[in-house]
Amino acid sequence: MSNSSRVHLDRNHALELLGQMILIRRFEEKCAELYSAQKIRGFLHLYIGEEANAVGVMQALTADDAVVATYREHGHALVRGLPPGEILAEMFGKSDGSSRGRGGSMHIFDAAHRFYGGNAIVGGGLPLAVGLALADKMQGRQRVTCCFFGEGAAAEGEFHESMNLAALWDLPVMFVCENNGYAMGTALERSESETSIARHAESYRIESEAVDGMDVVAVEAAARRAADAVRAGAGPRFLEARTYRFRAHSMFDPDLYREKSEIEAWKTKGPVVTFSQWLLDNQLVRPDDIAALERYADDVVARAVAFAEASSWEPVEDLERDVLAPVGWEVSQ
Amino acid sequence: MTARKITYRDAVREAMREALLADHRVFLMGEDVGRYGGAYACSKGFLEEFGEARIRDTPLSESGFVGAGIGAALGGMRPIIEIMTVNFSLLALDQIVNTAATLRHMSGGQFSVPVVIRMATGAGRQLAAQHSHSLECWYAHVPGIKVIAPATVGDARGMLKTALADPNPVIIFEHATLYNETGELAEMDDYAVDIDRARVRRTGSDISLITYGGSLSKTLAAAELLERDGIGCEVVDLRTLRPLDDAVLVQSVRKTHKAIVVDEGWRSGSLAAEVSARMAEQAFFDLDGPIARVCSAEVPVPYARHLEQAATPQVENIVAAAQKVMRR
Repeated sequence: MSNSSRVHLDRNHALELLGQMILIRRFEEKCAELYSAQKIRGFLHLYIGEEANAVGVMQALTADDAVVATYREHGHALVRGLPPGEILAEMFGKSDGSSRGRGGSMHIFDAAHRFYGGNAIVGGGLPLAVGLALADKMQGRQRVTCCFFGEGAAAEGEFHESMNLAALWDLPVMFVCENNGYAMGTALERSESETSIARHAESYRIESEAVDGMDVVAVEAAARRAADAVRAGAGPRFLEARTYRFRAHSMFDPDLYREKSEIEAWKTKGPVVTFSQWLLDNQLVRPDDIAALERYADDVVARAVAFAEASSWEPVEDLERDVLAPVGWEVSQ
Repeated sequence: MTARKITYRDAVREAMREALLADHRVFLMGEDVGRYGGAYACSKGFLEEFGEARIRDTPLSESGFVGAGIGAALGGMRPIIEIMTVNFSLLALDQIVNTAATLRHMSGGQFSVPVVIRMATGAGRQLAAQHSHSLECWYAHVPGIKVIAPATVGDARGMLKTALADPNPVIIFEHATLYNETGELAEMDDYAVDIDRARVRRTGSDISLITYGGSLSKTLAAAELLERDGIGCEVVDLRTLRPLDDAVLVQSVRKTHKAIVVDEGWRSGSLAAEVSARMAEQAFFDLDGPIARVCSAEVPVPYARHLEQAATPQVENIVAAAQKVMRR
């Protein structure tokens, strides 16, 4: 397990990192169950296996920073601090959902946490992040806009346009590519002539780093380096986190495009299992600490489920609300 | 009230300059808006006056800079994005339709995108099929955005200000043949005008001619000719293409009982179709006969002048259509 002088991996911080990863894992395992029970419908994209990325990166952000995420964003929303009950209620399509049931699993938003979705157009969030960063730069604010996307986005024109703009205008944006190797069912080698996404970014003169996306401490260290540089006014930074999703692309995906042995091999490198083992080996935590984190996560998830279940449905009479803002409405910062 | 002569271009320019002076959050971004002075010279001299940060030349990345404008609007700015022509805006359609128009609803009302996107539209300058189309009805189809088409110098001067004050994405279509046109602009302290009402530009009692944008002056010219034949035309300027102001349309048709819609878009799936449908829904029993449409021919706009003219609505087509309706 890597370490960095920037990451102070004491017992408390270790428990925090592990606790957040376990919370995402337990939350999403429950989501899969609730999907089978037809409480959650539509598309559901699980993050299981990739938890170290959201958890590691978010350690480097402050409440003032902005987060732009993708349709696989439950983990990011949870670590960012969105109430788990509101996230789950959104997946249920309920009134207390973060988007009042208008968005669902793919479109979690929260103005209070500067969480800008939840974008289900691959690459669509990148120009948005560039613009948020541009606004900060023009208004002289020392904030970071952190933009998550998958490696599939690197094939989109919006990726290249955004890299160019961010570099050309020296914008305070941190790009985080979560490279899980597959754009839905298409392996990276089958879709990119250059499979290092970090090299794509480098070609725009953006300082880039590839990091082991299964190692939460390595991700945190790399994210801190990148965020510190962005905050200091050094322009954009790019992280490519090499990771893997253990579940299918979505609940509709029969997962026929990869070998079971490949999935099993990656599972042995899973972020929760390896970090837990490393912490135990180094006697930073005890087995009962991990059990306590699991119990805590289960309790949070149970309360989220109860909250979502108890929430009411939006009245159909309100169908057309929030299409346009009333004149005079002010945008939340 | 005193009035002065001004070109449409200068009206747009004055409106932008006023906004830039009045609000530090306003900035202009697009291809060649800075050093070049704007493809239609609407921002000539702005770079020198306001600097590179606020008069931002962009790479040829429509999706990138329109998306960046949307993001900047979310971040508290009031961007004016200029796209050279509606044809190029198709490269930014994803950001406009999938992000700007959906963000408020998808977030349950938490966010809104106060961005203004200006673009040239329409034929008449022999620029052929990739610079001449009128695709504003594609945008007018989409909930979550407002679509306006200033046809006069007064609207070019005044609608931008109201658009910038609106918390929603507003798309402004400026017909490319209008920039050099001169009109009378009444002097006012505040030029702001509404962006949600249609206007009667000429009153008449025999027939309603409903139009917008670059076709307004042609329609007014046709009305003038028809007057000589004793046909009194009421000319309605839609001004706002989304949301459509049904009330003014219906009121006019209730008076004249006959209607023609003049629209430079192609007939199939056009704004003219939408306007006709609304009149049929809301004023069917007030109509003396079928609604007629004068639209562009169903071809990509051709280059040769005579073909381009034949492909798009002209004064004589409007006159002929009105005479035919009156004869029925």
